[in-house]
Amino acid sequence: MRELGYAAILVGLLLAAAGTVLAAVITRRDGRAPEYLKAITYAVAGLLTVSTLAMVLALVTNDFSVSYVAQVGSRATPLDIKIISLWSALEGSILFWGWVLGLYAAAVVYTQRRRDDAAIGYATGTLLGVLTFFLLLMALPANPFGLVNPAPADGPGPNPLLQNHYLMAVHPPLLYLGYVGMTVPFAFAIGALASGTLDNQWSRSTRRWTVTAWTFLSAAIVAGMWWSYEVLGWGGYWAWDPVENASFMPWLTATAFIHSTMVEERRGMLKAWNVTLVIATFLLTMLGTFLTRSGVVISVHAFADGPIGMYFLAFIAVVLVFSIALLAGRSELLRTDSRIDALASRETAFLFNNLLLTVFTFTVLLGTLFPLVGEAVRGVKVSVGAPFFNRMTVPIIVALIFLMGVGPALPWRKAAPGELRRKVLAPVVALVLAAVATLFFTRAPYVVIGYSFVAFALTSNLQEYFFGARARMQALGENFATALGRLVVSNPRRYGGYLAHIGIFAMAFGIIGSSVYLTEREATVRRGETIAVGDYALRYAETWGREEPHRYVIGADIVVSKRGVVIDTLTPRMNFYATQAQPIPTPAVKSSLKEDLYLTLMAFERDGSTVTLKAIVEPTVAWVWIGGLLIMIGGFFAAFAKGGPTSPRPPRTAGDRPQQREAVAEDAVELEEATV
Amino acid sequence: MTGGVQAVLLALVLLVQPPAAAVDSAALDRLTREVSQELRCPVCQGESIQESPAELAQEMKGVVREQLAAGRTPDEVKAYFVGRYGEWILLRPTTTGVNLMLYWLPPIVMIAGGAVVVLLARRWIRASRLATPTPSPTPDDA
Amino acid sequence: MNWKRAAMGTAAIAPLVALLAFGMTRNPKEILSPLPGRAAPDFALAVMPMDVTDGAPEPASTDTVRLADRRGRIQVVNYYASWCLACRDEHPVLSALAPRYAARGVDFVGIVYKDSPSAMRRWIVQMGGQTYPALLDPSARSAIDYGLYGVPETVFIGADGRVVKKYIGPVTHQVLTSTLDSLIALAPAPPVQPVPADTVVR
Repeated sequence: MRELGYAAILVGLLLAAAGTVLAAVITRRDGRAPEYLKAITYAVAGLLTVSTLAMVLALVTNDFSVSYVAQVGSRATPLDIKIISLWSALEGSILFWGWVLGLYAAAVVYTQRRRDDAAIGYATGTLLGVLTFFLLLMALPANPFGLVNPAPADGPGPNPLLQNHYLMAVHPPLLYLGYVGMTVPFAFAIGALASGTLDNQWSRSTRRWTVTAWTFLSAAIVAGMWWSYEVLGWGGYWAWDPVENASFMPWLTATAFIHSTMVEERRGMLKAWNVTLVIATFLLTMLGTFLTRSGVVISVHAFADGPIGMYFLAFIAVVLVFSIALLAGRSELLRTDSRIDALASRETAFLFNNLLLTVFTFTVLLGTLFPLVGEAVRGVKVSVGAPFFNRMTVPIIVALIFLMGVGPALPWRKAAPGELRRKVLAPVVALVLAAVATLFFTRAPYVVIGYSFVAFALTSNLQEYFFGARARMQALGENFATALGRLVVSNPRRYGGYLAHIGIFAMAFGIIGSSVYLTEREATVRRGETIAVGDYALRYAETWGREEPHRYVIGADIVVSKRGVVIDTLTPRMNFYATQAQPIPTPAVKSSLKEDLYLTLMAFERDGSTVTLKAIVEPTVAWVWIGGLLIMIGGFFAAFAKGGPTSPRPPRTAGDRPQQREAVAEDAVELEEATV
Repeated sequence: MTGGVQAVLLALVLLVQPPAAAVDSAALDRLTREVSQELRCPVCQGESIQESPAELAQEMKGVVREQLAAGRTPDEVKAYFVGRYGEWILLRPTTTGVNLMLYWLPPIVMIAGGAVVVLLARRWIRASRLATPTPSPTPDDA
Repeated sequence: MNWKRAAMGTAAIAPLVALLAFGMTRNPKEILSPLPGRAAPDFALAVMPMDVTDGAPEPASTDTVRLADRRGRIQVVNYYASWCLACRDEHPVLSALAPRYAARGVDFVGIVYKDSPSAMRRWIVQMGGQTYPALLDPSARSAIDYGLYGVPETVFIGADGRVVKKYIGPVTHQVLTSTLDSLIALAPAPPVQPVPADTVVR
């Protein structure tokens, strides 16, 4: 297995490197992409698949002669955890990354198989170039298939934190799909720049890939939040840890791109800005990988540091220089004839959206890298943590939510006064009602503003579904349900996007409630004794211990009652792993839409006489996960559903009746939103 | 006359009320929580001592609580920890020296960026007025 | 080619890359202690009784070490625990050097960090004994006072009562002898200033 896996990497490296050079040279000579690039890409993807499967097989069969297996494997590890050990340490994670990138490259080549223009040639070359880099890492500093001789009889097993929850099987693959997926828009941008064909083609082909990667990344971030909530035992889900920030920054720039690309499509402007955003997104994914794997920052997620940091830094520098040169070289093509009709228009809203998202990214980047600045300038180590980020970013988030309510109400080009008034009426009423309702129980300005802006923006987005459906009802005589269904299907990008907005509002609602109105209590309880937290009474019944193959588990049974009625028994646990001095808690959570009861076992007496519990009542935290789910559904719908105004519309006269009806309906909806 | 009585009453109140009891339990809990959130747990990775389940973090929280109960201000408590662990212990850097960059750069970028956006938008609006005196009434299909 | 734009882009990006390259040369886990040069925080800790039969109830300690009482002698304060693997490397070195330096005005103490006395005793026996007292700090207050990040850590305190050095990680023979020899060679230091008032942090 070892030889096969490593041989596949070496052959893949040669093929990818050759493919990169050929793509650049031959495309330049012929002005179009050589046919064999496709075969090379498929072959590299295939070789990476072979290599990954070889590693999985080595993990499952306890082949400790393979260095990576000796590092993360153990005989006692259950089968499913053996498989996910693939991404539990540095070398395996690079292999997994390379494999996902190979699959993406193959998917790009497959979906664009009819194209042979220079742009796709350079884009494929870019993908192969990035693959070359990752294969080089696997061949040299991060070789997962090193030989261990003599092979040890057993290994230590993967990091206990990763073994502790099923979400660890979900979060990393999603993250890689999102992170690695950002390479595809980057490749398209380089292809368009290098070939000088910055027409609408590039933004059209880029958009769907970006939305797809963005959706995976959103899902990954929420899954990561959920994981830290379910595993880390402090009741929170976002700590502004450097690595969380590393995944969040490309998300922010990708979000900016998804919005500003619409302005480019409609008005043919902001080309240079959009290309820059795509390149920045890719570079931020590389920066994130560098931060996690170079030992530059301390983080829960950081892998052991190795020589790999140098490689990443060099690669980032090369990509930067290359991109800047391309952007500067093509500055003529990037110049656009920019026009806006009025300040109160969707275009301007998107400009401000991009401004806010850019400043957001800058703030997070500054905070993440500032410890290095402090050390370089003063030689003093400083920390930049959650209190800083919360203070600096909450105002930006509030402004973004407000803008998410204003944007949909503004039409493209220019808003007629009456039109704007009609669209803003309901959201403003919602804002006032929410503000009054909130003022009944709090005077905290951010809470009042937060809840009322959420109400404002939510109403504004919801009414878009309603207005669209009503236009169809009037134009086509459909009933409301049919009209709504067909409306959403006829323009998935738009209505998927609004759903993603609504997901963000649900999250914001959940975050405000769970961070501001959290009740916490920590107490040492004797057996049979009861403590109260919020409306709940918690009685400590007993402690038990259980031997599991790879760990020892201590649990405490806590009988939970609310207003005198027993409602459940929760069992917070502590897991002891042979390889880790500190036990890892498994909190017990009783979740509802209203609030979560969150119990962590902090300490216990060996004889079971007392336990120390941390009990948190966290209101509305479930809405954070619901919001994440809505974002995911909205994103996938926008990325994959067919249709939309940007796909070529069937010619009106040649169409049969249903198509005509669709066209009429689309016009009705368009008219509804775009007024004089 | 009344002023004198008031002064005596005030003195009595001050005498009766020991300074430690000035901070009641719920307020002390909240204050402990607030200060603990800003202190980094030395044995963890980036967590605050409020969040960390580590024993040392728990003991440090105890120290925070004791010092607050003894009447120290949150800033004094933080200064105690800075004296032992260095500025590293603060999760929100002080607003002095180079650290000011952290607090001033984002607003500056926001204001400068906002100015650029407004200027560009105005220029583009002017360009559109010059090109098409009457905007087309049909929606853009692109 | 728009050279102006290229130059601007590079100028904006170069510091970032330089910063990251600088970061590579640093170890984020190495944190400078503010303690050296300051008066050592005082402690008064119970000495862990050593002659206890396993399983017998923990006897009350009869002896206390107070740092302030030891002014005038150089102090080596070592934080350790039985669950700490790196402590196994340094313990024989400390135990061998303590008697040798006792005559030259140096006291060694070990402070048990987050460990039970019984486990610690078993460990010390296993390690072949200890030539200096082990102190108990069940609430870890002295550890917090000394800005402890983990074990092992070793604090060197001069005869004047000031912290001279805080060493993170297992201390070596070379570090111990060179630090102590230079401290002993040093002329009597000026009298200690009172504990500096903690500077208020905004």
